[in-house]
Amino acid sequence: MWKFIIKNTLRMLLLLWVVSVVTFAMVEISPIDAVSAYVGEYAVTEQQQQKIAEYWGLNESPVVRYCKWAKNVLHGDMGVSMIYRKNVMEVIGERFGLSIVLMGCAWVLSGLIGLFLGIVAATYQGRLADKAIKVYCLLLESSPSFWIGMLLLIVFSVRLRLFPMGLASPIGMSVSEATLGQRLSHLALPVLTLSFTGISKITLQTREKMIQVLESDYALFAKARGESVWGFVFRHGLRNVLLPFIILHFGSVSELFGGSVLAETVFTYPGLGNATVQSALKGDVPLFLGITLFSTIFVFCGNLAANVLVAVANPQIREGGNRGKRSKKNEKVTA
Amino acid sequence: MENVQKRTKKLRLNRRTRTILVFLVTMTILGCITVMGLAMHSDRYGTNFQIKNVAPCAVHLFGTDWMGRDMFMRTVKGLSTSIFVGLLASAASSVLALFLGVAAGVCGEKATAVFNWFVDLFMGVPHLILLILISILMGKGIKGVTTGVILTHWCGLGRIVQAEIAALRNSQYVLAAQKLGKSKAWIAVRHVLPHVFPQFIVGLVLMFPHAIMHEASITFLGFGLPAEEPAIGIILSEAMKYLTTGTWWLAVFPGACLLFVVCLFELMGNQLRLLMDPYSAQE
Repeated sequence: MWKFIIKNTLRMLLLLWVVSVVTFAMVEISPIDAVSAYVGEYAVTEQQQQKIAEYWGLNESPVVRYCKWAKNVLHGDMGVSMIYRKNVMEVIGERFGLSIVLMGCAWVLSGLIGLFLGIVAATYQGRLADKAIKVYCLLLESSPSFWIGMLLLIVFSVRLRLFPMGLASPIGMSVSEATLGQRLSHLALPVLTLSFTGISKITLQTREKMIQVLESDYALFAKARGESVWGFVFRHGLRNVLLPFIILHFGSVSELFGGSVLAETVFTYPGLGNATVQSALKGDVPLFLGITLFSTIFVFCGNLAANVLVAVANPQIREGGNRGKRSKKNEKVTA
Repeated sequence: MENVQKRTKKLRLNRRTRTILVFLVTMTILGCITVMGLAMHSDRYGTNFQIKNVAPCAVHLFGTDWMGRDMFMRTVKGLSTSIFVGLLASAASSVLALFLGVAAGVCGEKATAVFNWFVDLFMGVPHLILLILISILMGKGIKGVTTGVILTHWCGLGRIVQAEIAALRNSQYVLAAQKLGKSKAWIAVRHVLPHVFPQFIVGLVLMFPHAIMHEASITFLGFGLPAEEPAIGIILSEAMKYLTTGTWWLAVFPGACLLFVVCLFELMGNQLRLLMDPYSAQE
């Protein structure tokens, strides 16, 4: 157990270090000019610009600057965001609080819908329901998520006026002041948009796996015993579908994050995705670096959770039998 | 039951014919769009303030926008750009995947470890953030988007190729070739490549939808093609600003066209995949 924790922590630290170096280097090479990004639209003389550059230590070599930045990050200081004029950590924390609500709801929703549709499609394989679900998946997979968001806006906000156009709370009100109902009405469309990204993959995979299960010998035996189709699906099918589902759904955290960037842009939802786009567009280097590191940790945690949950859910691994261990090293040790 | 099967057999074409049909239809449509887009004079999608905000009608199929630009022409032009970028990027990315996968598979365990580590690195950062980063690094524009898509899409296919080859490495005929003193490059080209080729083709076709979609997303966010170019992402991000004015056609039709093109490719890829798989090829 300890070995597992230490190994994964080391892996994450190594990953973070490399990501930080690569990202830093890329921002360094890129045409983003931190000083002009900071100055913005104000008229500033050449001299003043140079003073800013000097004050920030931009004249030092990139390696020195990277070391300084990394040291500060290790101390929990990621610098000050230029566009929000706040500590990067503070900005990320604030924004992530809003984003995680959005992503969490969408994630749960897409998981449930995907699982349900997949099971229904497999149970009625080749029938109308199956075909309809397959077409639905194809359409969902082929449509850009931001376009779906715009369609939802056109129908529900512009035409029917059921939901607000954007933001996380009514205009002129901070999120903490808004009532639960107001927050939910602002969340509904973004959550729906974001949930669409994951559904089709999960549905198709669940369908495939469930068909395999339904064609197995024990399914035939259960049928011979007089088990109803749905009884079989709940008693045997679900367990077998669960493992690949967990791997896929927890592994999709990276796509979820990407999708949230698009959804938040369409709905001007003031979350982390929105901050990502703003920081990249306006050349806010400290914030962008911070978000990159943060999102890497986020994705890593998602994948780690998938691995751990699979180990917990799979009795072959949980009971510690040799059959479950696939890695070569373990085989060598036991042999 | 038998009756039903007989009937469907008569009605339905087999998978091979269907695949060829889908392939031909897709190619014709794509060809038409690309040729139309390339040959189109810029007047056709230019501004004309006399016909501002016209709803879809017989003359302007997709309506016109607030500057009187014909949306149908803009969409076709935009699609042709998107298809071009998508094809280029997915082709280059899958060649990269093939090259890296073969290299990792043929060169032994250490190379595989390095390869896996790189894949982990690329998969560790959210796709979209990496794309934004690379695009900015390359100075945005077509160059930025294409490089970004190429560098971020090889991981999945690369893994498949590598796994396939790892399984091949200890097969009798590869071992025999090694004992006969053939070089690694010779084995890679003569024995390994033909084996992974079907997977590669399917991967290539299925990568296109992702490539074109990511191109549109990145452009939509403002890190892709420049604003004066009529790309689908640009059209949609401009339409975003006019959503509240009730000009729904600005967003609906261009997006639907993109959906259509991507759908065709997705269908083609899936048909190809089923055809390559001996279990489902004869269905």
